Amino acid sequence: MTIQLVFLARLRERFGASREVLPYSSNLATVADLLQTLRERGGNFAIELAADKAFRVAVNQDVVELNHPIAAGDEVAIFPPVTGG
Amino acid sequence: MACVIRVQEADFDVGAEIGSLRSGNPGIGAVASFIGCVRDMNEGDNVGLMYLEHYPGMTERSLEKICAEAAARWDILDTLVIHRVGELRPLDQIVFVVVTSAHRGESFAACEFIMDYLKTKAPFWKRESTPGGERWVEARASDDVAAERWKQPS
Repeated sequence: MTIQLVFLARLRERFGASREVLPYSSNLATVADLLQTLRERGGNFAIELAADKAFRVAVNQDVVELNHPIAAGDEVAIFPPVTGG
Repeated sequence: MACVIRVQEADFDVGAEIGSLRSGNPGIGAVASFIGCVRDMNEGDNVGLMYLEHYPGMTERSLEKICAEAAARWDILDTLVIHRVGELRPLDQIVFVVVTSAHRGESFAACEFIMDYLKTKAPFWKRESTPGGERWVEARASDDVAAERWKQPS
């Protein structure tokens, strides 16, 4: 019962990791819950995931809104607005 | 309708790619394409080197979705999207989009749509080296505006 976190680009550098496995618990029901849990770590997590910062969240590789549910086994990626092309 | 997506480090040969897309299909009356290249200047600074990162899996998936949406909106035949990743330098080709159709209007529109959506939805990120150091390229509001104009009333 875990969720797989993926951090990309500038956020990968700021968080010092590209992946992390987090035990799933019932207080991680939505993307907003997960973000709050990460913010409570303080440091760069609190700075980069503050409400006024621009970032995107994808669950199982689809970009979603903050109220999107999270289930055990999900892959949740957090990344800056994209700049390809 | 074929949709081919390639995410690769290697360069690509525009002529050869278009040739193979057209080969043996006399139904194609129009080929529209776009090539994005690395500029030597961004935000007033010289760019010596660029690094392109992506999110493997989601990248291909999002490009396939964009091409499928283009095929649903316009009467097009084939789409090809090649996007390079890794280390690139000024003059290098970054991205190539080709759309074929019977008549030009469809492929012109679909090609521009695919690029506008790619710029705002496909998970690629650019980091550039300038004389002042390395920096991640910031997303541009003008790209959001460009993508916004394709929105259909729901």
